[in-house]
Amino acid sequence: MVDNNLGRVVGVNGNMLTVEFDTRVTQNEVAYVVVGDERLKCEVIRVRGNRADMQVFESTNKIKVGDRVEFTDELLSVELGPGLLTQVYDGLQNPLNLLAEQSGFFLQRGLYLNALDYNRDWYFYPMAKVGDKVVAGDRLGYVNEGIFKHYIMVPFGVQGEFEVASIVGEANYKIDNTVAVIKNAKGEEINVTMVQKWPVKIPITAYQEKLLPTKSLITQQRIIDTFFPVAIGGTFCTPGPFGAGKTVLQHAISQNAEADIVIIAACGERAGEVVEILREFPHLKDHKTGKTLIERSIIICNTSSMPVAAREASVYTAVTLAEYYRNMGLNTLLLADSTSRWAQALREMSGRLEEIPGEEAFPAYLESLIAAFYERAGLVKLNSGDLGSVTICGSVSPAGGNFEEPVTQATLKVVGAFLGLSRERSDARRYPAIHPLDSWSKYTSVADAEDIDYARQILRRGNEVNQMMKVVGEEGTNIDDFMIYIKSEFLDYTYLQQNTFDKVDGASNYDRQRYMFKKVLEVLRSDFDFTDKDEARSFMLSLRQMYIDCNYLVFGSDDFKAQEAAIAAKIGEHKKNA
Amino acid sequence: MRKVYHKIIQIAGNVITVEAENVAYNELAEVTSSRGTSLAQVIRLLDNKVSLQVFAGARGISTGDEVRFLGREMQVAASEDLLGRVFNGRGTPRDNRPVLTDNMINIGGPSVNPAKRIIPKNMIRTGIPMIDLFNTLVESQKLPIFSVAGEPYNQLLARIALQAEVDVIILGGMGLKYDDYLYFKNTLDENGALSKSILFVHTASDPIVECMMVPDMSLAVAEKLAIEGKRVLVLLTDMTNFADAMKEIAITMEQIPSNRGYPGDLYSQLASRYEKAVDFDGAGSITILAVTTMPGDDVTHPIPDNTGYITEGQFYLKNGRIEPFGSLSRLKQQVNGTTRPDHRAIMDAMIRLYSDYKSTLEKQSMGFQMSNWDNKLLKYGKLFEARMMDLAVNIPLEEALDLGWKTLAECFDPAETGIKTDLVKEYWPENK
Repeated sequence: MVDNNLGRVVGVNGNMLTVEFDTRVTQNEVAYVVVGDERLKCEVIRVRGNRADMQVFESTNKIKVGDRVEFTDELLSVELGPGLLTQVYDGLQNPLNLLAEQSGFFLQRGLYLNALDYNRDWYFYPMAKVGDKVVAGDRLGYVNEGIFKHYIMVPFGVQGEFEVASIVGEANYKIDNTVAVIKNAKGEEINVTMVQKWPVKIPITAYQEKLLPTKSLITQQRIIDTFFPVAIGGTFCTPGPFGAGKTVLQHAISQNAEADIVIIAACGERAGEVVEILREFPHLKDHKTGKTLIERSIIICNTSSMPVAAREASVYTAVTLAEYYRNMGLNTLLLADSTSRWAQALREMSGRLEEIPGEEAFPAYLESLIAAFYERAGLVKLNSGDLGSVTICGSVSPAGGNFEEPVTQATLKVVGAFLGLSRERSDARRYPAIHPLDSWSKYTSVADAEDIDYARQILRRGNEVNQMMKVVGEEGTNIDDFMIYIKSEFLDYTYLQQNTFDKVDGASNYDRQRYMFKKVLEVLRSDFDFTDKDEARSFMLSLRQMYIDCNYLVFGSDDFKAQEAAIAAKIGEHKKNA
Repeated sequence: MRKVYHKIIQIAGNVITVEAENVAYNELAEVTSSRGTSLAQVIRLLDNKVSLQVFAGARGISTGDEVRFLGREMQVAASEDLLGRVFNGRGTPRDNRPVLTDNMINIGGPSVNPAKRIIPKNMIRTGIPMIDLFNTLVESQKLPIFSVAGEPYNQLLARIALQAEVDVIILGGMGLKYDDYLYFKNTLDENGALSKSILFVHTASDPIVECMMVPDMSLAVAEKLAIEGKRVLVLLTDMTNFADAMKEIAITMEQIPSNRGYPGDLYSQLASRYEKAVDFDGAGSITILAVTTMPGDDVTHPIPDNTGYITEGQFYLKNGRIEPFGSLSRLKQQVNGTTRPDHRAIMDAMIRLYSDYKSTLEKQSMGFQMSNWDNKLLKYGKLFEARMMDLAVNIPLEEALDLGWKTLAECFDPAETGIKTDLVKEYWPENK
């Protein structure tokens, strides 16, 4: 490392600095610009001749030409170790709660804190023995972090095979204490502590192989699990215009999805939304573990008014943390809201670099960056033989709600499920506003394929009849077609729509979904003996109401069973015994 | 004494470039020309070339004019002495009263730490059913009114401001017509609210660069007062003029435009203003109500589009009414669960039925036969528009809810409304 690799500022343009350097620089290395007694973090993003362009992760106020720049020769990295869970970080992994203690209401420029607590004791249990052969990612021991076994692994960056030369016994250690020494054939020794650094923009690949995601990830949202399922280790996106309920949907998924670890990256979105998570997660119960949601969560929060370069870093920080926990054999779910803001951060920088713009002024490399990001998801077989996964859900905020724009299109190419939110449905208060005809998924549903096909057909035909009715009117539609339309509406109201804010209806587990879907299909598959359309409508409306009431009752409770009986009786009134 | 520079090497639009040493980014300078002295702000540094945007405009500046750097950023006086005062976009008084120089603070300060925010929980009552009932306004919310030019948005803004229970009202006027400025001033005065108001007004005839300072100035003062425990309501009208001013400067600086000529950082720029809306943990709050006029009534235009992604909802003002579709208060869920148990159910049911009414209306206009159900909807739709949507209606939330039940009962059977049965039992009016 070059200690005194220095440079000086020669230009300031927004959050971009141009710096003249003395010896050499590395692309994407971190540097600090010294302004008075503040040191502001920046990253090299382009080098031309003896000048480097750098993005500053802070406001550039007061920077002068001639200000000193110190290069670090390190890429932008995060700290990985026990104590990450329950934390709230900004995009550069500064703990926001500690920052608040130190600097009060506002985020003070140039204040960087350790991501992890170096004074806390962790009780370390060794697993490896002296003489064991190990490679990057192998487990040397573990500590208990909440309900999880947090494995201490051979640093992901070491290359080749090592032998455990020594390992400490079971006791309390701090994260920077050496817990093991490993040595390779050449005699190089590495002291392994409980904390390691990893550059965020490089995927962690310390595993055996990547597998095909097949098992579904239950989100407890009926329209997702039944109609547009997501897979453990898969990727999905939720594009939608503003006000269509992207964030509410993401919150619902973050609370109810059956993943081990949930990482929320609030990237360039509203601070208010993050505050809801920050303040509510410590109190909300996770039904699977009985603990609070915050104990299985990490929140990365770089809201829209925080510096834009750190916004770009925040999604990488989040996915790196997800990969770290994946390597312990856990299923992690990363919710990135919103990837469009990340893309806009790239666009702002690209504009300042005066690069030749691509479509809508996004840089030409946008697509490959988006693809590379989603490719960090996956189900992997670890060195230990365990499986671990990273599932990525990216919300997209297309300009004008138009899915033809570059970010949505680049995302659609690489994801396994597309849950398109529509203004039309949200205007009609049909939540979640995932469009049942436009969306798609390549993963397997919780329901049986035959049933799903039947339900889809009803939806499609129902829509056709509805379109037709707009032209020929209700009187020009025969009762059979009309029934299909009424049934599609029935399916929509009783199954696709779900009240996220209700305790019971908000989360519908696997068993309940399978059970209720069969119940709904029973109605869809039945023939009824209606004499006219008004009778059909009023009967189906009452039946719909009974099903909706049923959705608000605890599954299997007495009330639920009573409601079921009432429904059966109601259906009996008009069902034809074919 | 700081050095005076005489070498202006470029003048383009409102931006001048001067050769100078030891200048800080965002620093202020004074440009003295034969037309007088104007403030200017540093917006780019490269080697010894310093680009500045001149507040009064570059017209009449000669290459030999004086530029003197002040060694500080744009500042504004922030104290309770400002109450009842009117300033322009430079922060100098418009009301012929003395200049304030105490408690100067920098504008455009850092972002609030999300960990120091709390979940907003207080409803702001406006007496407008379309807001109180359907899209409740919440303290610390940031909400724009989307509208086309010519709609009574400033009247609506003034009415909400007067009815809201807040400690301080700050008006940030950008590109305001002089009439509108007087309207605000007089309305606040007539209702005795001027003494708790602070006005930063840039009128349409003032230099464009000053327009860009208005939101930062208003919000810096709001932030100071909020930290002291005040509940502040900031009115910003019209943010479209602010965005257009930014566009003008960006193009002058030869930045690559992203969409319809607007700079690529439009989203970040708007967000850094709107995100000042906050409910502080252990102090006061800032609520922002803004106006965004939509060029050509097009909500996909970059300004309303980016705004919509930043703010916590929006009110569409159309034909003098707040449209139920598209209008949204994202924070309503924080408060409408505790107002009255039937609030959410009435809100959802009435909108859903109104949406059905709209499609029936379409069918009717195409000459189709109206079914029984259609006729019910037609009756409902008319009542809804008269009782809920008319901006002249001024009733408290509870009355609006009762009126909602009454309207539903006059038109439908309980099952047709899709409301949960236990609520129907409690609230459905017995006899119409």
